Amino acid sequence: MSVLVFVEHDNASVKDATLAAVTAAGKLGEVHALVAGSGCAAVAQEAAKIAGVTKVHVADDAAYAHQLAENVAPLIASLADHHDAFVFPATSNGKNIAPRVAALLDVMQISDILSVESADTFTRPIYAGNAIATVQSSDAKKVITVRGTAFAKADATGGSAAIEAVSGSGDAGISSFVSAEIAKQERPELTSAKIIVSGGRALKDSATFNEVILPLADKLGAGVGASRAAVDAGYVPNDYQVGQTGKIVAPEVYIAVGISGAIQHLAGMKDSKVIVAINKDEDAPIFQVADIGLVADLYTAVPELVSKL
Amino acid sequence: MKIIVPVKRVIDYNVKPRVKPDGSGVDLANVKMSMNPFDEIAVEEALRLREKGVATEVVAVSVGPDKAQETLRTALAMGADRAILVVAEDVEPLGVAKILAKIMDEEQPGLVILGKQAIDDDSNQTGQMLAALTGRPQGTFASKVEVSGDTVHVTREVDGGLETVSLKTPAIVTTDLRLNEPRYASLPNIMKAKSKPLAQKTPGDYGVDIAPRLKTLKVTEPPVRSAGIKVADVDALVAKLKEIGVAA
Repeated sequence: MSVLVFVEHDNASVKDATLAAVTAAGKLGEVHALVAGSGCAAVAQEAAKIAGVTKVHVADDAAYAHQLAENVAPLIASLADHHDAFVFPATSNGKNIAPRVAALLDVMQISDILSVESADTFTRPIYAGNAIATVQSSDAKKVITVRGTAFAKADATGGSAAIEAVSGSGDAGISSFVSAEIAKQERPELTSAKIIVSGGRALKDSATFNEVILPLADKLGAGVGASRAAVDAGYVPNDYQVGQTGKIVAPEVYIAVGISGAIQHLAGMKDSKVIVAINKDEDAPIFQVADIGLVADLYTAVPELVSKL
Repeated sequence: MKIIVPVKRVIDYNVKPRVKPDGSGVDLANVKMSMNPFDEIAVEEALRLREKGVATEVVAVSVGPDKAQETLRTALAMGADRAILVVAEDVEPLGVAKILAKIMDEEQPGLVILGKQAIDDDSNQTGQMLAALTGRPQGTFASKVEVSGDTVHVTREVDGGLETVSLKTPAIVTTDLRLNEPRYASLPNIMKAKSKPLAQKTPGDYGVDIAPRLKTLKVTEPPVRSAGIKVADVDALVAKLKEIGVAA
C-alpha cells in the first residue's frame, strides 16, 4: 500500500513535524510525500532526501502559496486513486486540511494518533489525554493526523526519492489569504525544543513574565511556553500555549514555573522526559507529575537559579 | 443573515474523566454534563453578531441524545432564537457534518459557527468536514471574526502566530479559546428559554447514513506518571539539573 504524507513547510524548508509523520506512515506502507506550495522546489528537494520517502509529488502553484484548505484539499483528494492512506502532521495546518480531505473522500478521520497497531488500528488520546482509545477503521482509505511527540523523527537525509510534478484544480475562488503575524522567535520552536521553560498565571503580567522566565530560558537555550491561564491573561501570545488545545510538547526537560498543573495543561506536556516544577503551593497538582519539585517563591527562586546555573 | 451554531453535550470541563474498569469507555454515569466550552464561545460570537445587527437570527443545533435538549436550552437561555435537536447517540464527526450539511440546505445560513473541537473525543473535524461537504470556505481556530457584506475576515490561531483569511459567505467558522468570553444566562432568560421553539428531528428525516466507520476496541488509562522528589532549595535543584545534564 502506498501512503501519502503531507509535508509541512513554509515554501522554503521542510518543518520538523513532517519527519514524525513519515515515521508513522512508514508503519503503513511505502511512503510518498506531497509538497503543495508556491516556489517550493527547494522544499521538494529537501523532502526527497528524507529517509524512507520513495516519491515526492510537488504541486507548485500560486493557489497553494498559503496552503488554503479550500484549494489544497481537492488536490490531495485527487491523488486518492494511487494512495491508500493520507498522513498529516497534527500541526494547525494539518488539522485544518486533513478533515476537509477526509470528508471529500467520505472517510472518517483518525485524529492525533499515538501508535499504529496494524494497517487499520490505531491508538489516540481522548478526554485531554485522560484516556487512550484503540480504534479500528472500516474505511477503505485512511486519513490520519499524527501526534509529533509520539513518533521518532525520520532522518532528514539519506533518501533519494524521485520528484514528480502534479497539478490540481488550483484556486477554488472562495477564500483568500489576507495577512499573517508570525512571531519571529529567536528561541527554539516549542515542538522541537530540547528544553522548555513555561510560565503560568503566577507571573502576574507580561513584563514580569519576561523578566522572570526569559533569563532562565536564555541561560538554558530553552524554548518558552505558557499555560492557558497566562495566555488568556495576555502575558504572552497564543502560540506559546502548551496544553490540550495548544501545543503538545515532549522535550528532554520541561521546567514549569508558577504553573498549578490543570489537567488541560498536563495533557500538553506530560510526555516530557523530565519535568521540573517550581511553585510556592506545595499542594499544586503539578507536583504529582514532576520528577523534581521545588516549593518556593518563584520571584526569589528563579533569579537565584539563573545566577547559579 | 442567519447563523447556525451546532452545540454538543459533553462531560463538564472541570470533571476528571474516569475510564471504566472493563475498558469499554469513559464512565459518564452520574457525571456532570455541560455544553462543550468551545461551543459556548460559538454561541456567544453568534449573539454578538446579532447584537451588532450583522445577524438576524441565531439557530442552535445539536446532534445527540434526548438529554442534549438541556444543552440547547442553555444556548436558548444565552440568547439563541430557536433550536433543532437531531436525536441520535454516538454520531461520529463525519455523520454530524452530513446532518449539518442538510440543515444548511434547509436553513440557508450566512455563517455556521462551531467549536473547534469537543473536549470528549478531541477530534477537531466537524467544521472542516461540513465545509468540505457543502463546498464552502472554512475559517478554523478563529480568534477574531469580522463580517462585511458577503465576506467574512477570520483571524486564525496558527502554530507560529496569527493568520487572517477572507472567506465568501456562506462560510464555516470554528472557534478558538480567545475569540470571546461567553456570557452567563440570567435567571429571567433561563425562564424565557423554556418557551422558545425546539424542533425534534431524527437522522432519518434528513436521509443521512450515520453508521460509524470507526470501532472503539478498547479504552485504557494513560501511562501513569508518578511524583518524583522534592528538593529543599535552589542549590539542590541546581545539583539535580547538573546530574541530568541540563547545566554544566
